[in-house]
Amino acid sequence: MEFKFSEEQLMIRDTADAFLAEVSTSAAVREAMATELGYDPMLWQRMCEEMFWPAIHIPEQFGGMGLGYVELVAMQEQMGRYLLCAPFYATVCLATNALLVAASEQQKARYLPAIVSGTTATLAYTGSNGQWDADAVEAICTREGENYVISGNYRFVPDGHSAQLLVVAAREPGTRGEEGISLFVLPADCPGISRHWLPTMDQTRKQARLDFDKVTLDASALMGEVGQAWPQLAQIIDLATIAIAGDQVGGAQQSLDSTVAYLKERVQFGRKIASYQAVKHKAADMMLKVEAARSAIYYAACIADEFFQGGELSVELPEAASIAKAYCSDAYFHNAGTGIQLHGGVGFTAEYDIQLYFKRAKSTETFLGNASYHRERLARTLLDGSDLL
Amino acid sequence: MKLRFSAQDEQFRAEVATWLEQNLGGEFEEIRGRGGPGDEHMLVEERKAWERKLHQGGWTCIGWPAEYGGRNATIEQQVIFNEEYARARGPGRMGHIGETLLGPTLIAFGSEGQKQRFLPPILRGEELWCQGYSEPSAGSDLANVKTRARFDEEAGRWLITGQKVWTSLAHESHYCFVIARVDPQSVGHRGLGFFLIAMNQPGVTVRPIEQLTGTCEFNEVFFDDAVCGPDDIVGAPGDGWKVAMGLLGFERGVSTLGQQMLFNNELDEIIRIARSNGAARDPVIRQRIADAHVGLRIMRFNSMRMLSGGTSDGSLQKEAMIYKLYWSTWHRNLGKLAMDVLGPESEILDSGPYGLSRMQSMYLFTRSDTIYGGTNQIQRNIIAERALGMPREPRG
Repeated sequence: MEFKFSEEQLMIRDTADAFLAEVSTSAAVREAMATELGYDPMLWQRMCEEMFWPAIHIPEQFGGMGLGYVELVAMQEQMGRYLLCAPFYATVCLATNALLVAASEQQKARYLPAIVSGTTATLAYTGSNGQWDADAVEAICTREGENYVISGNYRFVPDGHSAQLLVVAAREPGTRGEEGISLFVLPADCPGISRHWLPTMDQTRKQARLDFDKVTLDASALMGEVGQAWPQLAQIIDLATIAIAGDQVGGAQQSLDSTVAYLKERVQFGRKIASYQAVKHKAADMMLKVEAARSAIYYAACIADEFFQGGELSVELPEAASIAKAYCSDAYFHNAGTGIQLHGGVGFTAEYDIQLYFKRAKSTETFLGNASYHRERLARTLLDGSDLL
Repeated sequence: MKLRFSAQDEQFRAEVATWLEQNLGGEFEEIRGRGGPGDEHMLVEERKAWERKLHQGGWTCIGWPAEYGGRNATIEQQVIFNEEYARARGPGRMGHIGETLLGPTLIAFGSEGQKQRFLPPILRGEELWCQGYSEPSAGSDLANVKTRARFDEEAGRWLITGQKVWTSLAHESHYCFVIARVDPQSVGHRGLGFFLIAMNQPGVTVRPIEQLTGTCEFNEVFFDDAVCGPDDIVGAPGDGWKVAMGLLGFERGVSTLGQQMLFNNELDEIIRIARSNGAARDPVIRQRIADAHVGLRIMRFNSMRMLSGGTSDGSLQKEAMIYKLYWSTWHRNLGKLAMDVLGPESEILDSGPYGLSRMQSMYLFTRSDTIYGGTNQIQRNIIAERALGMPREPRG
C-alpha cells in the first residue's frame, strides 16, 4: 500500500509552498482582500503563465497538465495555508470540474484551453434559500423555440462578480428537488446578467449575487441532457467539496503552526507559555485534528481520482466528500478558534493573522454545507437505508 | 498515492481467510468472538488449544524472521492477517504478548541461548507470557520502578522483590518479563534490568484485581525473592530501559485494522439497535452516529497512511503519534453513544448479579482505553513535546 505522496506529488506541493510563501504574504493577502475584485490580476497571470496552475487536472488534449486530484488537493492545501486570494478555487475546483464532468467534447475543446490560458470561471447553482443540495437550484429555465431562457437569482457564488465564464444550474418550471435541473455554460457578459459583489466577513474569499433576467442561450450552451443534470451536478459538488476541504486542512495546519510559534515566544510567570501543560494539551488536540483531517482529504482525493478514471471505488465519492467536509470543517474551526484563545489578547487584534484564518474557517465551513449537513447526509445512508448520496 | 493492497497481498488475504474459515469451526466454534476486552479470562483452555491449532497452520508469529520459525511477513501481510482474523471473529489471542512483545525483543536484544530457549515455545503456542512493567508508583511515570533485582553471588542467580500491577493473564502465564532496579542507588531510567521470570515458583504470588466491570482480567503480581537464572536477563544489567523502550517500538500498527474491524462490528450493532428502537429518528443521535462513522473511517485512512510509512527517513510520523489518543477517545465516545441509543434499557443487565451485556461491557471498558498504554494526558504531552517541539514542564 502506498497511501503517501509520490516524489512528483511532493515536488508539486513543495513548489506551491515556495511560490505562495513569496507571493501570498500577510501583506499581499491584506492588500488583495481589501479590494472588491479580491485578488491581484498580475499574480493570477503569473499563476497561469509561470506555474500553469489552472491547467493542473485538465487533460493534455485540451492543453492541460493532465495531473490528478491528489495533486490538486495538495495545492489547495497550500493555498489554504497561505490564505491565497485568487480565482483559483472558483475557476479550477468549481467550473473546470463542471466542464470535465458534464460538458460535451465541443464545449471542452472551446472552454478548457481558455481556462488554461487564464480565463476565470465559476459555478452558480445556489439561490437564496440557504440549501446546498438539489433544492438549492431556484433559477428557472424555459424553452423558447431552439433557445433556453433563464431567469432568477443566484447567491453565494464564489468570485461570481469577476468570473469571465459561468456554469449555471437552472430548473424547469414546476419541478423540485432533483428533477428538471439543467446545466449551462456561458460567458458572464451575456445580455440580461447583472452581477453584484456581496461584501463578506471573510474577505479572502469573495462572493457575489447574480441576477438573471431572461438570459437567452442557444443549444450550444446546454451541458448534457436538458432537465437531467442533477447526477452530474451532484458529482461536481462532491468534487468541489473535497477541494475546499483541502483548503481547510491547510488553514488548520497554519492555525496550529502560527499558534505554536507564538507560544514558544511568549513568556509569562518567567516561563515560555508553551511549557504549560494546559497550553500544550490544547496544541496536541489541534495537531490530532489536522492530521486526521489530512488523512480524510487524501483518501477523498484518491477517490476523486478513481472517479475520473472510472475506477470501482468511484461509488465512494459522495461518502468520501461528506466525511472530508464534516471532519475538516470542524477541525479548521476548532484550530482557528483555539488559536485565537492561545494567542491571548493579540489573537483579538487585526494585526495577527490568526483572525483571518478564523474567518476563513467559518466561510469554508458554511460553503457547500457545514459538518451537520454532511453528517445528516451520511446518517441517511447509515440509518434510513437510503442511497441518496 | 494508491489505496489498494497488491495482487500478491490479496492472494495472501484469501489464503488467510480460507484457512480461518476451514479451521475456526467444530470444537472451536464456541470461541469465535470470545476472549476480547471484558472476556479475556473466559474459555482459557479452549483458547490455548486454538493457539496450538494456529501454530499447526503456521499462523503464529508470522512477522518473525523465518530463521526463528516465522514467515517473515511484510507489514501489509501482518495487517491483512489481523484484519481477516477479526473479520472471522477469531478469539482473543492468548499468545499475543509473547508473539508481539517479547519475541521481537529477544530477536533484537536477546542472547542466542535466550532465543533458542524461549522463542520456540512461543511459536508453538505452548508458553504464555505476561508483562511486568507498571507498579503502584510507576504508572505514567514508568521509570519510577521500585522492584529490586539483587544478584545472589553464592547461588549464582537473581532474586527479584517488588510488586507489579495491571498484569493481564498473569495467572495463565508461564513467564513474565519484568523491569527491575539492579542498582539500588539509581533513579529514573538508569540502573534497570530486563528479566525473564518463571511464574510457577514460591516467590511469585498473583492476586486478581476486580475492575469496575465486576470482572478480573488484571492482576497484581508480588515478587518475594523470586528466582531468576543468571542467563535470564536480557541485555546487560542497567540496559533494562533501552530494552523495554525498544519493545514499545515493535508496535507498528499492524493490529490497527483488526482492531478497527471490531470497532466496526460495535458501531454496526449500535446502528442496528437505533433502527429497531426508533433512536435513529432522533436528530441528535443521527448526528452522533454519523460522527462515529466519520471518525472510524478516518481512523482507517490514518492507519493506511501510518502503514505506508509517510516519511522515508524513519523520522517521526505525525499520523502515528496521534493514533492512540485518536482511537481511545473515539472508542470512549462510542461507548457513551451505545448507552444513549439504548436509552432506559442501557441500565438493565443481561442477568444477575452483575451480568453485563456486550454493549454495557464495551461502554465500561472504554473508560480504560484512555488510560492504559499511556493516558490521553501523557499522549498529549508526547505530541506537544516530540512533534510540536514545545518545552517540557519543569519537573518536581
